[in-house]
Amino acid sequence: MVVELAKPRPIWQIMFSTHHTDVGLLYLIMSLAFLFMGGALALIIRAELFLPGAQIIGDAMTFNRIFTVHGTTLIFLFILPFASAVGNYYVPIMVRYKDMAYPKLNAIAFWMIPPGGALVWLGFADFTWYATPPYSIISAPGPAADMWIFGLKILGISSVLGAINFVVTILKCKHPDMSIGQVPLLAWSYLTSSLIILVAIPTFAAALLMLLTDRLGVSGFFNPAMGGDPIAYQHLFWFTFHPEVYVLVIPAIGMMYEIIPRFSRKPIYSYNSGIFAFVLLAIVGFSSWAHHMYASGMSFTEKTVFMVGTLAAVPASAMHVYNFIATMWNGRIKFSTPMMWAVGGIALFFSAGAGGVANAAMPLDFSTHDSYWVVGHFHLFVMGTIAFGSIGFLYYMFPYVTGRMYNETMGKVHFVMSFIGTVLVFFTQHILGLYGMPRRVFDYPPIPEWIAMNQIASVGAMIIGVSMVLFLINMIYSSGKGKLADTDDPFGVGGKYYYPFEAKNPHH
Amino acid sequence: MSGHSNWPEWIYIAVVIALMCWVGAEAWNAERLVEHVPEGAEIIKVTGQQWFWTFEHEDGTKEIGELHVEVGKAYKFEIHSKDVNHSFNIHDYVVLMDAIPGRINTVWFAPTDVGTHDIQCREYCGLIHYNMRGTLYVEEPST
Repeated sequence: MVVELAKPRPIWQIMFSTHHTDVGLLYLIMSLAFLFMGGALALIIRAELFLPGAQIIGDAMTFNRIFTVHGTTLIFLFILPFASAVGNYYVPIMVRYKDMAYPKLNAIAFWMIPPGGALVWLGFADFTWYATPPYSIISAPGPAADMWIFGLKILGISSVLGAINFVVTILKCKHPDMSIGQVPLLAWSYLTSSLIILVAIPTFAAALLMLLTDRLGVSGFFNPAMGGDPIAYQHLFWFTFHPEVYVLVIPAIGMMYEIIPRFSRKPIYSYNSGIFAFVLLAIVGFSSWAHHMYASGMSFTEKTVFMVGTLAAVPASAMHVYNFIATMWNGRIKFSTPMMWAVGGIALFFSAGAGGVANAAMPLDFSTHDSYWVVGHFHLFVMGTIAFGSIGFLYYMFPYVTGRMYNETMGKVHFVMSFIGTVLVFFTQHILGLYGMPRRVFDYPPIPEWIAMNQIASVGAMIIGVSMVLFLINMIYSSGKGKLADTDDPFGVGGKYYYPFEAKNPHH
Repeated sequence: MSGHSNWPEWIYIAVVIALMCWVGAEAWNAERLVEHVPEGAEIIKVTGQQWFWTFEHEDGTKEIGELHVEVGKAYKFEIHSKDVNHSFNIHDYVVLMDAIPGRINTVWFAPTDVGTHDIQCREYCGLIHYNMRGTLYVEEPST
């Protein structure tokens, strides 16, 4: 791994570089900046919902804009770029190539994200991160809505370019001595998630254009007043964004596949079942999109088909969990910070999956749909699984990026607080959903159960907020002043590493 | 392949698949029963618009924000929207169906106890989505 910060270079050398670790560093810093921006919005939302009535935000429109930008930011500007950051650092090294296949395309893909993010943030649209018509056509105020559409368009193109780059790097640029069956699981996770992006994203790209022309009044694809069908948008949207769930979660699982054997001091239990489960998830991920639309008036047959498609994804996810547990079984586990995050992430992944089975079962969905249950459920994925895997991996790669060690105690405190906070916020939100509280509400009637659950959730969110401040301090302080890391074995786990860590791709 | 035996994993996967088949079959069966509208259910037309609900009974009486029904009778809601998507929800009776302009969605229920319940909108519909609420009054049959 290339040490970045131990040998300081002028910032423009990094910014205008096309080297994979430089682009990776840019992705890393930008995605973390958006993590904190999106997280701050989450804290505002939770503070507002602490009690019924307006608390700190004056009006519902501002609140609606905040949760819209919160969701858009954390999905498109934190999780996806963070995965790209890790992929940029690791994939070329794992396939033993000097760089990404198309270095310039790689830099372009990165530099499309800041303008996309700026459009989303400067517009501050209010139509939720799925921009459902007809609201987004006839009711959402411009220019915020149009800026969001253009921003997402740019971010979509960026992730397609990134995906092409990963696929070509892994399939075409891997070392000739290395068969595809020897590529490490982290690189496999990028291969499968990139292939999903290439199949899924164009659908949403088309839907965005149609949405834009509908807003301009020149077409009526989704506008019932002009003979269009709003349900068509939902199909196009979820055809992209249900598989996108797997795009987000598969790299995080790949990161856990990197952390868990290392800190269990054992090889991965079954490499083949890991690959099999990745590929299976990538395929069945496309058979379940309309489970988001049970309540939109689908026929019994349609609902049954999509329920079966959704349940089919469970065995593949279960294989990953089995693989992790079997790897840790009888291992000499060292619970350093990255391992704690990974294990916590697996526990929450299991909980999220169990909740997902309840959602997929048709009659139960009519109790949970569009309630806070759903908010709790998908946050257990995006926060509990994906962010946990990602943050764990960030701690793991920290010594290789900076040449210095983070503060282990602060890292552990960060984990414990975040884990408690996540359980408090998102498990409680499941219960809140069962009490019937709808999602995306600025205010709620003073029902005692709702108030109690909201307050627990808000306290949990504040605990996460404090732990994230610790995290920020730890990262900034340790990258400059932390003690020097032994880059051969920074975590003191000993033993042989499973891929060449000493690889240092020269800058060009 | 690594040299260890894989039979525990196969058993585990088989258990997971069996569990999913059971969940799927139960859900299929329950949904089939739930969706069967009883004969003679009274039709109530539900209209969602920003940001209130209106109801029209079979005899032509209209209500805004309030819905009066009789205990023990079956009702079938015909739900549509005048502007954007809404979602008609009586959580206590697990009545949930999107109100979508250009479509009529149906869902039925039969109140079992006298009392009042909240009606709310579960699909984001703009500024006052949070307060697009109403009340369901379940009353004794008038003789």
